[in-house]
Amino acid sequence: MSAVSQDTAVNTGRIARTFIYLLLLLFALFYLLPLYVMVVNSLKPLAEVTGGNMMALPQTWTLEAWKSAWSTAQIGVSPTGLEPYFLNSILMVVPAVVISTVIGALNGYVLTKWRFRFDTIVFGLMLFSCFIPFQIVLIPMAMVLGKLGLAGTVPGLVLVHVVYGIGFTTLYYRNYYATFPTELVRAAQIDGAGFFRIFWRILLPISGPITVVSVIWQFTNIWNDFLFGVSFGGTSQPMTAALNNLVQSSTGVKEYNVHFAGAIIAALPTLFVYIVAGRYFVRGLMAGSVKG
Amino acid sequence: MGFLDIANVTKSYGKLEVLHRVDISIEEGEFLVLVGPSGCGKSTLLGMIAGLEGISSGNISIKGRVINGVHPSKRNIAMVFQSYALYPNMTVAQNITFGLEMHGVPKPERDKSLGDVAKLLQIDHLLDRKPGQLSGGQRQRVAMGRALVRDPDVFLFDEPLSNLDAKLRVDMRTEIKKLHEKLKTTIVYVTHDQIEAMTLSTRIAVMYKGYIQQLGTPKEIYDTPANVFVATFMGSPAMNVIPAKVVVKEGMPYAEVKDAKGEPQHLRFSQQNLTAWDGRDILLGIRPEAITDPEGADRKSNNIVPLVNDVIVTEPAGSDTFVTMSLGSKDVIARMRADTDIRAGQRFDFAVNMDKAVAFDPESEERIKP
Repeated sequence: MSAVSQDTAVNTGRIARTFIYLLLLLFALFYLLPLYVMVVNSLKPLAEVTGGNMMALPQTWTLEAWKSAWSTAQIGVSPTGLEPYFLNSILMVVPAVVISTVIGALNGYVLTKWRFRFDTIVFGLMLFSCFIPFQIVLIPMAMVLGKLGLAGTVPGLVLVHVVYGIGFTTLYYRNYYATFPTELVRAAQIDGAGFFRIFWRILLPISGPITVVSVIWQFTNIWNDFLFGVSFGGTSQPMTAALNNLVQSSTGVKEYNVHFAGAIIAALPTLFVYIVAGRYFVRGLMAGSVKG
Repeated sequence: MGFLDIANVTKSYGKLEVLHRVDISIEEGEFLVLVGPSGCGKSTLLGMIAGLEGISSGNISIKGRVINGVHPSKRNIAMVFQSYALYPNMTVAQNITFGLEMHGVPKPERDKSLGDVAKLLQIDHLLDRKPGQLSGGQRQRVAMGRALVRDPDVFLFDEPLSNLDAKLRVDMRTEIKKLHEKLKTTIVYVTHDQIEAMTLSTRIAVMYKGYIQQLGTPKEIYDTPANVFVATFMGSPAMNVIPAKVVVKEGMPYAEVKDAKGEPQHLRFSQQNLTAWDGRDILLGIRPEAITDPEGADRKSNNIVPLVNDVIVTEPAGSDTFVTMSLGSKDVIARMRADTDIRAGQRFDFAVNMDKAVAFDPESEERIKP
């Protein structure tokens, strides 16, 4: 009696694959270690942080550090906590993301469906703006904001981030709409729809995936930006600048538990956006590259 | 003055002229097909009628109203695109009524028109679906529905069948023809498929290199092609174009062609005025179906000329058998009845219907008119 061979493609390399998955799991745990340290230590009283093991779970669980980071910690000269700066960041990020995404979508629409002479050059120049380092524009930007009377205000920061974001959002939407048949726009024109109507009724409803990409990209970039915030924020500095002030303060005791809590609070919105929309992000990036 | 007038129209991109002085005029209810190989300017011309392309010079008018510079939506035209161009985010019903909505037609009226068109095209059951859920033939119907619902003066079709598979294409071709018979609408239809052109049209414009080569009824185009291009482009298999010499015997013009052995054979022309070409070279054009076996020859013809020649290859195609021989050192195809007893290598008695033969000037490639 001869045994039936089990040597199918499914079975081959089972050991190798187990090994690879174990290795990946190990890397993932190692990668998550900093987050673990932050969460665990933010939930301890200060004495336990300074006196004990960084990796150990808290003996006394407390939310004091979180409360302090949010509402009472010393930021610069005033003990306000991170709360007002968090609001500043929200007030800056939401309009900046919305405006830059809308402009990017319109640009992409015009650059692909309403082509004009030298449009590729215009697009090339916009792309070029993606490669300009932040530091180069600090002084001219400060002058422009000053002349506009927006220096040190949230609208000033919104303007800066919108200008910087347009290059990226235009790139996303242009490439997305380029895969979209122009005959659709022609058909809509014959049907009697105008420029904005075609955009609103035909193109925008199918722009979901790329809008997710644009929003996530803009949101994380603007939320995490430190340089512009610290340079142009003035009295309405965003979260990142405040976190720096919290952590880098050179007076008094270093409250590590509060610092950890503050850092987590600062990172939460971007984490949230990734968790909610992460899979659409990948899908949007792949859109057009693989024919469905 | 016709229903649709294209008068002296040209199209240029910068210095490059891609359409040269096009003149076409058709009556209401006609089915005009613009046919030609890719790059001949047929889609550009359609785009100019639609208003999607500018007109460099000349005038296009519908019902006597010049429409140069009028917005596409105000020309009272409707267009069916090659890719169908259905709005992917809308249902079939929304797709069909979008144009009416844009023109401010109230909802009850829109719904009524939608119902009529859906019934006409038998797509009632698809109205709630999205284009992505439809088959090729269904999309095609929806695209036509979107055009029909507007009740326009002129329908424009841009290669509407080229994305369908062979069988469906033939079915839809019949559907379009039926629809035209029923609605008596004016249609301008672009295709590169000469069979579509022949079967659908009441008038064909054959285009090549930006020129209208010939404008005429399908029969005119087929039987009396204006030049060698039209002769070989229209018809499948293509018309045989054979180098020949005119000789006149007893006042009658003959085409002298060399058979497979290099021997001269004489085929008497029905066209008398070719005596003027005595001793000169011409191109002799004969359709495959004008060369048969003697029993299969057209009984109504007054001039069946016998021709003995070697058979090179036979291709049975079911309904017909195509036979290849050599004349004037060119491969010449004859179309025989399916059950003709004929084999490769055989010496065979052919019958050539010279009533259907045409002669071309070898210099200009224009047809020598009787």
